[in-house]
Amino acid sequence: MTDLYQSQRAMRNMRRAAMQRGVVAILDIGSSKIACLVLRFDGPERRRETDGVGSMAGQSQFRIIGAATTRSRGVRFGEIHAMSETERAIRTAVQAAQKMANVRVDHVIACFAGAEPRSYGLAGEIELQDSVVTEQDVARVLASCDMPDIGQGREVLHAQPVNFALDHRSGLGDPRGQIGNRLACDMHLLSVEASVVQNLFYCIKRCDLELAGIASSAYVSGISSLVEDEQELGAACIDMGGGATGLSIFIKKHMIYADSVRMGGDHITLDISKGLQVPMAVAERIKTKHGGVHATSMDDREMIEMGGDSGDWEKDSRRVSRTELIGIMRPRVEEILEEARARLDAAGFDHLPSQQIVLTGGASQIPGLDTLATRILGQRVRLGRPLRIQGLPQAVTGPAFSSSVGLCLFATSPQDEWWDFDIPTEKYPARSLKRAFKWFKDNW
Amino acid sequence: MRPLVAERRYATEPAPRAVAAAAPQGGQPGAQRRDPAPTRMAYRMQRLWLTPLFRVVVRVGVPAFVLSLAVLLWLGNDARRAAILAQIDAWKVAVENRPEFRVNVLQITGASPSLDAAIRDMLALKLPMSSFDIDLEAARARIATLDAVEGVTVRVAGSGALEVGITERVPALVWRRGEELDLLDKTGRRIARILVRGDRPDLPLLAGEGANAAAAEALRIVAAAGPVKDRLRGLVRVGERRWDLVLDRDQRILLPASEPVRALERLLALDKAEDLLNRDILTVDLRNRQRPTLRLAPDALREMRRAMGLVTVENDL
Repeated sequence: MTDLYQSQRAMRNMRRAAMQRGVVAILDIGSSKIACLVLRFDGPERRRETDGVGSMAGQSQFRIIGAATTRSRGVRFGEIHAMSETERAIRTAVQAAQKMANVRVDHVIACFAGAEPRSYGLAGEIELQDSVVTEQDVARVLASCDMPDIGQGREVLHAQPVNFALDHRSGLGDPRGQIGNRLACDMHLLSVEASVVQNLFYCIKRCDLELAGIASSAYVSGISSLVEDEQELGAACIDMGGGATGLSIFIKKHMIYADSVRMGGDHITLDISKGLQVPMAVAERIKTKHGGVHATSMDDREMIEMGGDSGDWEKDSRRVSRTELIGIMRPRVEEILEEARARLDAAGFDHLPSQQIVLTGGASQIPGLDTLATRILGQRVRLGRPLRIQGLPQAVTGPAFSSSVGLCLFATSPQDEWWDFDIPTEKYPARSLKRAFKWFKDNW
Repeated sequence: MRPLVAERRYATEPAPRAVAAAAPQGGQPGAQRRDPAPTRMAYRMQRLWLTPLFRVVVRVGVPAFVLSLAVLLWLGNDARRAAILAQIDAWKVAVENRPEFRVNVLQITGASPSLDAAIRDMLALKLPMSSFDIDLEAARARIATLDAVEGVTVRVAGSGALEVGITERVPALVWRRGEELDLLDKTGRRIARILVRGDRPDLPLLAGEGANAAAAEALRIVAAAGPVKDRLRGLVRVGERRWDLVLDRDQRILLPASEPVRALERLLALDKAEDLLNRDILTVDLRNRQRPTLRLAPDALREMRRAMGLVTVENDL
């Protein structure tokens, strides 16, 4: 636990160092592609006096000077599966981005979709020693949250205080300086498989890079594709990636739940490949070019050439109607959405005041997905695209890059996490200063 | 029967779109795609190249080092270095000898003919010569060592002339030292030697050791002695301390060490009233301010005693 606290703190320091140097890389490790963006910070981060986002949604401080995408290798379900392959893919992406930026990057902030994220809601409560809330009190109340049993071999990825309550007033964003007697907090904790994180660490270290932060891709794509009022009023973001579909629920600008379905666009491709007896590459092409989820009578007449080089003319010159293709794709898409629906229901999404659902990610580009999603997820579904940020190439503005863009936002203005607060003084190991004094008294 | 590893009978015709997609196609040794990933070495080299310091070193440092090393090695040969220096000297001489820099005439202004000749003799320039070869500062210093020169300016004029402007010292006194007669200016500095006193009868004569050090005082005394100017023979410095004013008939006026001018003026006033100096007096001693003393000539003394009725016994001793 403290180990992780220390390593997360170290990553925060690394991030600060990277900001000071002015250049940091963003690495989105997905199952179908690895994207690397190089951010350049134009000036020191300036905190605005007032609440809310700054000019250009707080993004005027940085711009993207390098962007590269490469086909992902060795990643399955958003987890690193073949280390050396992934390492090569990361090297490819980082090198291309560096070349475009003409800058060497040493610090990288990464996100990944898999590793079975699990959400926990934590609550803590303390009596204030003094009637005014200080930073130490905030640290103490965060430390007073009971740690749930997250299981063997799991690590905390995010631990964000989402709400503070002082006596009977709840919904405080920043309780410091306020006066009361009891301070309570709610914390959202996201745990992931430790081995996946370790693999990621190792992989990035092998690329001579230093990890300055990690994030869940469900969280960061929620940051970039939900607009501000959706984040405020309550919304879910469903990031349909290649190997995994991430879900995150936001309310009051805080993520309160995240989960992931281990199914994604690659499974649809696999279904097509199996169903039509074609290689994966062909299946991918057919899916992206002719895919859909709603069959119409027109689709019966639209015949798709499948091609192939098996040498068997009969097999290579097969044609399939679009209806058949849709018939293969639709059940899998429905399955993914229903699974997502089940996760949202389990999380109590239907109790939220606003139940906006935003679909994003590469697989959300299937034509007609929004109509299908409306049937399964409810009426308030829209397709989301990431925010526009400065210097972003046109090719990287699609919904497939919402987690990359979200990671940029995360890198520039991260949410306060548990490890951003100091350890409360009484938790310091046996009062080291006092012990030093005692040693001097005894020995001199 | 063809072996399984034989060449394929039909050329594989890759599906163009399948190539465009990036999936690795297993089991196709012929269609082995090149790995797009950079090797670890290439990746590291690229990162190294993007390091600013490394770039500067490679782009500036290494070429500069190689260039300087090459130049140093090339200059390491003594003969080569000597040849280069000789070439540079030749160019320098060629420039210096151009007519624009040539000095043809030595012009001396403000000097008497003898001083002019002395300066020409001293500089001993072999004209015409290049102005680069003339050390003006040294020439100025050497001319300034001449006693008769008070100030000197040396410059190369545009028309190829070396102009020497001289301010001469003005002789104010003649100083006799044994057999030698020197001219002094008003500060007491020696200017030149003269052979006989008659060469400069207009200047007052000084004598005695250290007289030049008090030349200014001597000039003041001479000025104060205007009423007896016709009788004035000269001034004698006594013990490097005070002056004796010598008049004709071997009369001496012994002036005090301090304020000699005032003492002299008092004496001259007395002389004007009592016609003192025309009497038969050998010496007027003004050294003690309270008690000026006269020494009479022996005849005058005897006469005075006789008049006073005093009888003195005299012998030849």
